[in-house]
Amino acid sequence: MALLSKKDASLISDPLADNNPITIQVLGICSALAITAELKASVVMAISVMFVLGVGNVVISLMRNVIPSKIRIIVQLIVVATLVIIVDQVLKAFAYELSKTLSVFVGLIITNCIIMGRFEAFALGNGPWRSFLDGIGNSLGYGIILVIVGFFRELLGSGTLFGYPVLGDPIEKTGLYALGYENNGFMIIPPAALIVVGIIIWVQRSRNRALIEEA
Amino acid sequence: MAMNTDKNSYTVIFAVIMVVVVGSILAFLSTGLRSRINENERFEKQQNILYAMGVNENEGDGDVSFIPTDKVEETFSKYIKKQIILEGDKTTEDQEAYLIEMKKELDIIKKGGEGKLPLFIGEKDGKEFYIIPMYGKGLWDAIWGYISLDKNLIVQGVYFDHKGETPGLGANIKLRFFMDDFKGESIEDGARLAGIEVAKGNNDPLNQDKEDNQVDALAGATITGNGVSAMIKEALTLYKPYLTTLK
Repeated sequence: MALLSKKDASLISDPLADNNPITIQVLGICSALAITAELKASVVMAISVMFVLGVGNVVISLMRNVIPSKIRIIVQLIVVATLVIIVDQVLKAFAYELSKTLSVFVGLIITNCIIMGRFEAFALGNGPWRSFLDGIGNSLGYGIILVIVGFFRELLGSGTLFGYPVLGDPIEKTGLYALGYENNGFMIIPPAALIVVGIIIWVQRSRNRALIEEA
Repeated sequence: MAMNTDKNSYTVIFAVIMVVVVGSILAFLSTGLRSRINENERFEKQQNILYAMGVNENEGDGDVSFIPTDKVEETFSKYIKKQIILEGDKTTEDQEAYLIEMKKELDIIKKGGEGKLPLFIGEKDGKEFYIIPMYGKGLWDAIWGYISLDKNLIVQGVYFDHKGETPGLGANIKLRFFMDDFKGESIEDGARLAGIEVAKGNNDPLNQDKEDNQVDALAGATITGNGVSAMIKEALTLYKPYLTTLK
């Protein structure tokens, strides 16, 4: 990529695969379990986290030389909370419908470990541009897992994708359901997300054995 | 900048400045946007009340569309003929009854006081609708809604909303397939005010039995569903003295 140096590009690409925040660092699991019962919620959450992490990383990075190390965690927390509240208030005033859809996610964003993790591990020690790329990269890595989990949970649990029935109607018994197929109710409860994430972790580590941790 | 950021005095000053700056930004933003947010919330209440009596812009099966905000005030005054407040034995009319917050009133009633209970009487195509606001709790946070009845106490429509139910599970109470199930259900079981139960085992997924006081529950959302049942029951119990005068 001509736009980004090789080093910068790896900030985006690493979290997508070999340094994925969910499957490798095992952060942000809580929200990955909570909101992936449907694909739409996964996408909304991914975009929200991308915004907060991208902007938050830049803000923290700009402040990195003046933040007292003793209270840096609190400062980080204040920055995330402020950003989220600003977005929430502005949406409530100008895009009320959207703000209602997002209200569920506000609390989950503030407490998302990936956000605090990236502030602490990256933005405090790097410039704003690189921090921005790191934020985008990590939220993409987070988002891609959310979308994969959401895809399987919604498809197998409800037989729909983005709310549209793709396997036929389970009550009228059309499509696949005419052949005796049933939705798997287990897929829509949170433990199913843990299993899907587990399978992703397994597949990823069996393709790249270097990722397997020493016991 | 050669500053010793480890000094205690620096830390304290930094904290103070940070709090003041962040506090001012948020306070400024909140005051600046307050009137717009209030207006949006007012429109939303009107839209929800109208939705419960079937005045909406739904197209197709799964669509939940309200009267647009630029028309809602006009539509509200056109369809809602009367807004009344029930307070103990008194009944008063109030054009702003829809702004009453059910949460506060229910708190007063729970403490043994006399809360103000708003009720809206709508009219569409010559038919009267009695719309009752409801407020309760789901799994994570508050749930609320409106239920509209005709004078035979048959449900004409409902609207549910929630603050933070799980997306894809409890949050589905505000989807059409769930809300539409309530239409036509009777809230009475014989002469008893039974409410409507969100039931897991009613073996009636198409909701053809309108006499069973039950609708089919949502998979994976037991507690939200129970919250909806409890919320309806509580509201109907509170409004019972008024509702019994209708028949």
